[in-house]
Amino acid sequence: MTTFSDMETVSDVETVPQDLLIVLRHPPHGSQWLREGLDVALVAAAFGQRVGLLFQGDGVYALLKDQQAGALGQKGTHPQMAMLEMYDIDMLWVSETALAERELSADDLMLPMVPLNAEAVAELFARHPRTLIF
Amino acid sequence: MATTTARTLLVEGQPIALDPEGYLVSLDDWSESVAEALAADDGRELTPAHWEVIAVLRDFYQRFEAAPAMRPLVKAVKQSLGEEKGSSIYLMQLFPESPAKVGARLAGLPKPTNCL
Repeated sequence: MTTFSDMETVSDVETVPQDLLIVLRHPPHGSQWLREGLDVALVAAAFGQRVGLLFQGDGVYALLKDQQAGALGQKGTHPQMAMLEMYDIDMLWVSETALAERELSADDLMLPMVPLNAEAVAELFARHPRTLIF
Repeated sequence: MATTTARTLLVEGQPIALDPEGYLVSLDDWSESVAEALAADDGRELTPAHWEVIAVLRDFYQRFEAAPAMRPLVKAVKQSLGEEKGSSIYLMQLFPESPAKVGARLAGLPKPTNCL
């Protein structure tokens, strides 16, 4: 689990504050990866960092509309996704390739996303030295 | 996650279980009388200004299943109650120390996780 104190150390060594990019590659259920990634995004945003999210691979399943909570009384990640706006996290990107591979389109997604082709994803990584991959 | 009961608060003859940090063990226990008892327990008194923020907090939890940190709380208050009240200064006056934590406790929400 990444803590705020880790992030503080990161920003201490930098002179110019940089946006944090968080990459989400896991589906909502079956593991805690997605939830942990979203939690880090929310904590960073709560402390005034500018955070962008990139959904890649199975991470795009997090974006599907009309999801239900998980089994065994787990909370879903849907409300967390809806909450991003309240934390001013509005830089939301999705891999076009990942959507196409799963035969999904922008209409299937619960939030307005900016689709990126492979080249644009590479450029996004290049622009974000501070990237956390979940 | 199992929450342990540290103590109970007697409200209208009913024991209300509180966790070690004073938050409700069972969120279903919340009522206006419980909120008043929690406030009294802190030595606070709830005014209409407090109640409208408590309503915003409860609505936030309904929508997002999480208690807000300070920043989103300010934003939610601004959206519901207007620009003037949606400021950290206003909320700090109502709930000194930490509006997000104190407010969540009085509104019967869990402790905000994104708020250190």
